[in-house]
Amino acid sequence: MTYIESIRETLREEMRRDETMIILGEDVGRKGGVFLATDGLFDEFGGDRVLDTPLSESMIVGASIGAAVNGLRPVPEIQFADFILPAFNQIVSEAARLRYRSNGAFACPITIRAPYGGGVHGALYHSQSVEAYFAHVPGLKVVIPSTPHDARGLLRSSIRDDDPVLYFEHKKLYRSVRGEVPDGDYTIPLGEAKVVRAGTAVTVIGYGLMVQYALEAAELLEPEGVSVEVVDVRTLRPLDGETMLGSVRKTGKAVVVYEDNRFGGFGAELAAIIAEEAFDDLDGPVVRVTGPDVPGVPYNHDLEEWFMPNPERIADAVRRLADY
Amino acid sequence: MTTETTGPTGLADAPPAPGTDLGLSRDDLLAMYGLMSVARAIDERMWVLNRAGKIPFVISGQGHEGAQVAIAYALRKGHDWMVPYYRSVASLLTFGMHPREIMVAQFARAVDPSSGGRQMPGHYGTAERNILSVSSPVATQVLHATGIAYAAKLRQTGQVAITYLGEGSSNQGDFHEALNFAGIHKLPVVFVVENNGYAISVPMNLQSAVEDIAVRGAGYAMPGIIADGSDVLACYQIGRDAIERARAGEGPTLIEAKVTRMTAHSSDDQQTKYRSVDEIEAMKGSDPLPRYRERLRAAGVLDDAGEQRIGEEARQVVEDATDWAEAQVDPDPITAQQHVYAAAPPARMDDSLWRSARFMGDGGPLHAEESDRS
Repeated sequence: MTYIESIRETLREEMRRDETMIILGEDVGRKGGVFLATDGLFDEFGGDRVLDTPLSESMIVGASIGAAVNGLRPVPEIQFADFILPAFNQIVSEAARLRYRSNGAFACPITIRAPYGGGVHGALYHSQSVEAYFAHVPGLKVVIPSTPHDARGLLRSSIRDDDPVLYFEHKKLYRSVRGEVPDGDYTIPLGEAKVVRAGTAVTVIGYGLMVQYALEAAELLEPEGVSVEVVDVRTLRPLDGETMLGSVRKTGKAVVVYEDNRFGGFGAELAAIIAEEAFDDLDGPVVRVTGPDVPGVPYNHDLEEWFMPNPERIADAVRRLADY
Repeated sequence: MTTETTGPTGLADAPPAPGTDLGLSRDDLLAMYGLMSVARAIDERMWVLNRAGKIPFVISGQGHEGAQVAIAYALRKGHDWMVPYYRSVASLLTFGMHPREIMVAQFARAVDPSSGGRQMPGHYGTAERNILSVSSPVATQVLHATGIAYAAKLRQTGQVAITYLGEGSSNQGDFHEALNFAGIHKLPVVFVVENNGYAISVPMNLQSAVEDIAVRGAGYAMPGIIADGSDVLACYQIGRDAIERARAGEGPTLIEAKVTRMTAHSSDDQQTKYRSVDEIEAMKGSDPLPRYRERLRAAGVLDDAGEQRIGEEARQVVEDATDWAEAQVDPDPITAQQHVYAAAPPARMDDSLWRSARFMGDGGPLHAEESDRS
């Protein structure tokens, strides 16, 4: 099953399981979403529960908050993560704070899905990584799966969670990655990272597409005798620091990979945690492999290649750190 | 759609029992007067407490009470939804919030049902009464009311959502997005813009290209109705009709209540910098409270004894609410960690045992991730 099939089938199952769940967003209805993530759901559940909205991102999230308060479980889709910014106020000022500001009286169980990431010729406004904006905010949960298996288990947990969750899906993974997806009603708890490849020399930590690239880098390095352990963060907030730190304490060396701009990216927080918590076990500096600090992913193929972290770049950094 | 103007129903042609044609009993008429009186008395007390240094901040609704009580009066308490804004004290009292609950928010005490002392005064809400918690960015709540109404329609609950904002907030994009969505789906929601002519200091002519916010209803295929906020019975009729219309599935209504802000924007504002003394003096003529009182007196619904009794009751309610609220304890700082998330996070992400936390010592930040453990 592909990554996007896993997401679509999970949405379908959750809508069958919970009649209060609704999907709303731009083109999610008859068209089934611009990536077909909701294809077929309109026919099965009708236009009231799979709702095509106006081009109004703040409305998509703001109305979801209200609907959640009055007994529904909305799963809004923002067509591209790049277009989530008009809803930033609703997410950060409202969804994230509703429980806290009401002293626990109100909850906001919504799961905002949005495709993110570059490498698909989407240019400045169809390629962004926006996770750092939201992972910064207490009250929000941020989830980024890297495999079809995790996409299903994490999406189930997100939808059933009683807090607002941002669920980011890497566009390049939608159809490029296949994997086993069990039929059973399994969930993956929010807040559990995973060691997806065991190794001894260097730990590479990432999420989303970068996990796949880290695994490819590990394959490149294996013939050279460099043993790489890969940690998939999976849930950026709440963060499972212990799994990451456990790996780094073992290998003594850490490479943090993220596709977002380097400066102030989410991986900077990971690097800070490693520096603070695993100082005594480190045998080298904490290294970052990231997108460059330019305001967007350029369109031209060569320019986009220049922007994107890739397995070779990750392997180069690991190689240098291993020799440190 | 058309924009209708409903003017004052007028003292001269008021029948002996005004409002009977609207289905209002004499008790209803007096109850509305009582609610307005209590709202005014609470508001005035807030300013006294602020000047006495007992509460740091006041945001006021004086001048808005007539529209607030009357427009909300036909709602079904405990069934419908109210999505207020920060001047909504009279609306909230009408919808069942207790004066003690209003006053304890001024003191930010632990038992404050709106926020447990976390929010500034004016940010009310209680889940058990279907009153949604208020934030400070303006117009966000208009979308929440629309979403509440969408859920009410889908779940066929028969609920109506009513939401309030100032005319300043009606210039935010969320206002447009909410009315558009509500208009598309004919949602059971009533939008009430309380137009007091100022967004803090910015006058209407610098806020809006049109004189009346109500005309904007036409852009969303809903009626836009202007209500004279000093005419309580006219406001009641407009509110009741909009609520009935919403409940009948006929869609949303935009009401613009023309009101007067009789105080500064807040206790941190000096309105004489931007309003003339003459204007401030003249606005007392649009105070809904004496106007409604005189109307009830002229109709024989209210006499000296009744006026005195209601005034005394309002004073007692405020005394009780103030004394009770002031006597409540402050929240324990440990509670500032609670209710970040629904449940405590799994133990493996508990970072309290990490090295860096030890360096922080007792003065370190409270880890939100550890919330709800107490």
